[in-house]
Amino acid sequence: MTAKLDPEDLQPVAGGGLLHRRLLLKSGLVLATAAAAGSTHAASDAPAQKITEDLASPSWMRTPGQPFTTYGKPSKYEARVIRSIGANRDLPSNGVSWTPLESLEGIITPSGLHFERHHNGVPEIDPAQHRLVIHGLVKQPLMFTVDSLLRYPMQSHLIFIECGGNSNAGWHEEPIQRPLGSFHGLVSCSEWTGVPLAVLLDQAGIDPKATWVIAEGADAAVMNVSLPLAKLMDDAIVALYQNGERIRPENGYPLRLVIPGFEGVTNVKWLRRLQLTSEPVMARNETSKYTELLPSGKARQFTFTIEAKSLITSPSAFQKMFGANIYEIRGLAWSGRGKVAKVEVSADGGKSWAEAALQEPVLSRCFTRFRMPWSWDGSPAILKSRATDETGYVQPERDVLVKERGRNGYFHYNGILAWGIDEDGVISHVYA
Amino acid sequence: MSMRDRGPFFTALAAAAVVVAVGAGAQAAGERKAPHLGTPMSAEEVAKWDLTIFPDGRGLPPGKGTAKEGRVIYENQCAHCHGDDGRGATAEELVADPQPLTEEAASKAIGPYWPYATTIFDFIRRSMPAGAPGSLSADEIYAVTAYLLAANKVIGDTDEMNAKTLAAVKMPNRDGFEWIDVKK
Repeated sequence: MTAKLDPEDLQPVAGGGLLHRRLLLKSGLVLATAAAAGSTHAASDAPAQKITEDLASPSWMRTPGQPFTTYGKPSKYEARVIRSIGANRDLPSNGVSWTPLESLEGIITPSGLHFERHHNGVPEIDPAQHRLVIHGLVKQPLMFTVDSLLRYPMQSHLIFIECGGNSNAGWHEEPIQRPLGSFHGLVSCSEWTGVPLAVLLDQAGIDPKATWVIAEGADAAVMNVSLPLAKLMDDAIVALYQNGERIRPENGYPLRLVIPGFEGVTNVKWLRRLQLTSEPVMARNETSKYTELLPSGKARQFTFTIEAKSLITSPSAFQKMFGANIYEIRGLAWSGRGKVAKVEVSADGGKSWAEAALQEPVLSRCFTRFRMPWSWDGSPAILKSRATDETGYVQPERDVLVKERGRNGYFHYNGILAWGIDEDGVISHVYA
Repeated sequence: MSMRDRGPFFTALAAAAVVVAVGAGAQAAGERKAPHLGTPMSAEEVAKWDLTIFPDGRGLPPGKGTAKEGRVIYENQCAHCHGDDGRGATAEELVADPQPLTEEAASKAIGPYWPYATTIFDFIRRSMPAGAPGSLSADEIYAVTAYLLAANKVIGDTDEMNAKTLAAVKMPNRDGFEWIDVKK
């Protein structure tokens, strides 16, 4: 049943037809959403889906269903919801796979769709043959088996992880035209469970001269990075579980470092070694890579923190509009500095803004889902979202970011994303 | 939530876990209550695990090599992905003409960008060649490192690289980095 709209509900709160977020609380209100390309929800101008079943009594109501399975999979009708892969053609083990953010809802990324960045493939680690070593500026170097770590008291955190190279096409001169996830999908959010690293470091006995920890993985890149000890003592965990099950191989099985709010590369997968030191190692992945060259010729280094960012996931590129209607704009926001304080949405390219509804729970360093009702009159519109975190940091417009950083930085792009919608309802990525 | 305000839930769990850890040593006052399940390691055992090479050369193994030797290894092992003369192909550009970094002449090749020469040895030893990491000897890695530094005109064509000379190389862009989230 559709709730009745009162005239004041349709009073815009900002330009372009944005409506007050309280409209979302109206019981039974049905809002349109843009549909995925080729979606099973027929858009008004899409050819009608061929009906092959008696809808009142489909065949699956008249015959026993499939037997039990030991490990469930998504419906075969969702086979298009997959990670998209971008790998080096000479070295397919070096590359990324993107989370299809435009096809997902809520704040948890299914483990099988969590983004990947591998420097040389996914090792198939036998946990019985894997050890974690803590050494360097400690009283007593220690070696841990995976089974022994499973016996420690654990903590869980709902934490986003974003690759420092996510959204790097944002630095391009022309706006890239790809589905949202294949451009911004090197970010995902999981429940990570494991042992607080501080417990293990304390047991090794931290030398007061230690200020850094060099973390190293057991992959074929033996990937290593230097991390500030103070942050690791504050909230890092040696994670063993992701979304309730043991971490998937591509996400670090059997052990991964999870450092809330820090860029992805620091969340070292297949963790094998932690060395306490008084200086950084100056690894390739903290000098040549994961640093941002500025117009001045200087480069930003040890830019660990992921700054606040938001994306409108629907409507987004390659989705279809249903014509003039009331829509729910949907999106994700996050900040490596803490909670998202607010997300504002604009339907007129940033001339005017109105606050979106934040869906509970709103957690520190976790995806936050936002929603905004929008009355689209069918004329061209430009949608934007802008996150502000609890420290007061405001996500910058792209031109401001590019002016400050130039276009050669590659990493840490968090400029405001704009979707242009034309009178035919075609959605494209625009710089506006 | 930080470790320092983890609250009664954690404490209760930790207390439960201590019961499991029969035989764990007495806990010092204020120490986090958890079992002690790490196995102590000797310095000899740690040395087998420790792959770190620091900017001052600590961790560099014995061995030596020159650019001439390194060119042959580069052409056989590296050029397919990194291109002729290190100019880049499906993998990164490693060699570029020396010039100041600007918006127009941006380069992340070794010569113009990398702050430390030890990083080259460390990265090759741990990660390269990508099809067979760990397959090059220390002499071969010193030689490829010498070749890359000479091609970038950071050292002379006949300079030998070893633990001492490599650590002494001062890269042109040593001071080109501003630390953002940590104080220098």
